[in-house]
Amino acid sequence: MKIATIKELLDAEVVCGEDMLDREVYSACGSDMMSDVLAYVKDQAVLLTGLVNSQVVRTAVMMDMVCIVFVRSKVPTEEMVELARESGLVLMKSRKRMYEACGKLYANGLHGNGASK
Amino acid sequence: MNEAVKFHFVVDGDDFTSAGQASVQIKKNLRQLGISPETIRKVSIAMYEGEINMVIHAGGGEADVLIYEDRIEILLTDNGPGIANIDLAMQEGFSTAPDNIRSLGFGAGMGLPNMKRYTDSMQIDSALGKGTRILMTVNL
Repeated sequence: MKIATIKELLDAEVVCGEDMLDREVYSACGSDMMSDVLAYVKDQAVLLTGLVNSQVVRTAVMMDMVCIVFVRSKVPTEEMVELARESGLVLMKSRKRMYEACGKLYANGLHGNGASK
Repeated sequence: MNEAVKFHFVVDGDDFTSAGQASVQIKKNLRQLGISPETIRKVSIAMYEGEINMVIHAGGGEADVLIYEDRIEILLTDNGPGIANIDLAMQEGFSTAPDNIRSLGFGAGMGLPNMKRYTDSMQIDSALGKGTRILMTVNL
């Protein structure tokens, strides 16, 4: 699924990385616990979270993720946006809640593939 | 390479926001050395969890990464309170992190298990009141 499709499905607004919306995402993860995110390697994944701090971006960088969607209208800080720009990550924000956002993506074919290691 | 390539980092224990900077840096360094993406991911995730642990529990510490021909070693040392029961600390879900850390997205009791998950070997030496030394190895 392209990041542009995720943007459309979640009615999301791009915070940074507008030029990378044609990148492909193969799996997704929805969590506010970063260590749970770090427990599973996923290929070119999108992270959906309601947590806002720099460790969210660093976690995504460590996992080689391509996009973070902040749900529940959460807004990333300037520092987070700067970190994301340096690392080539797309940041988006959506008014949808976590459950609905995950459900929309899953129903449209983006599955978790959360096999460990 | 005959001798190990070495990187040394000081992990600042005062600022949770900056935790993980060394791991971001080592990721860049390993990429420049032409290490495979899969190996880079393992090393950087294991080190990142270690860094977070040092900031949460030990007031910071030091991280050394040594790259040999056949393996990468990550050595984490701190002068924190030490780990009372290593077997318990290795169980997924066990955590002694304070609640405010959980609200920041960590402290789920996955740090040490994740470090073991992503490395080929992990050795923990810890003494109460003195500190902890963790050596992790990722084979190349």
